[in-house]
Amino acid sequence: MTTIRIQNQDFDLGAELNAMRAGNAKIGAVASFVGLVRDVNDGAGVSTLTLEHYPAMTRKALGGIVDEACARWELIDVTVIHRVGELRPTDQIVLVMVASRHRGDAFQACEFVMDYLKTQAPFWKKESTPQGERWVEARESDELASSRWRVEQDS
Amino acid sequence: MMVSVLYFASLRELFGLENEQLVLPVPADVSALIAALRARGGAWSDALGTDRRWRVAVNQELATMDTKLNVGDEVAIFPPVTGG
Repeated sequence: MTTIRIQNQDFDLGAELNAMRAGNAKIGAVASFVGLVRDVNDGAGVSTLTLEHYPAMTRKALGGIVDEACARWELIDVTVIHRVGELRPTDQIVLVMVASRHRGDAFQACEFVMDYLKTQAPFWKKESTPQGERWVEARESDELASSRWRVEQDS
Repeated sequence: MMVSVLYFASLRELFGLENEQLVLPVPADVSALIAALRARGGAWSDALGTDRRWRVAVNQELATMDTKLNVGDEVAIFPPVTGG
């Protein structure tokens, strides 16, 4: 069972957790990750962060990432919520929440989904700084984090 | 053969274009499409250089230079993604 939402409005971690565990006594562990907007990036203050995406591909890409996580680990439920539009420092951007019987599967799958989302899901961030607007550059460290899972699987 | 091409984020702004219909000779793959766009010169050849600071998706799936194109395909060209 999975939930994937792309939305402008905020989300409530507690409400999502309650919805996930309600009535499912098989769940023994839930791991979650929340990504937030920071007020500084690459040495400049950030006043707003605007997230653009490719709607027709976003859902497909996230669905593929979650399917792969379900194939690799024993998962009971996965929720991915990603916001788009204009956000401000301290706002929530993304939620990945994974339920399994035991913690190992939930911890690993949660990190895997985030690492793949960072490099494969078609979202782009634009920052407003005192020097003007700028598109956020992709980081090599994100590529490395994502490729690590391929190495681990191959070895 | 007609395909539709979409541009996102910094590439959309650079080209001043969200999408267009493009006619390509058959058979065509992603590299033929990129070559046709580079031939426009200016921002097109600069931005779609061999440094690969761009990605291509065909019908909403990440593609490579040798991915084949068919009539009516939706091709998207965009910078490396920065979500999450």
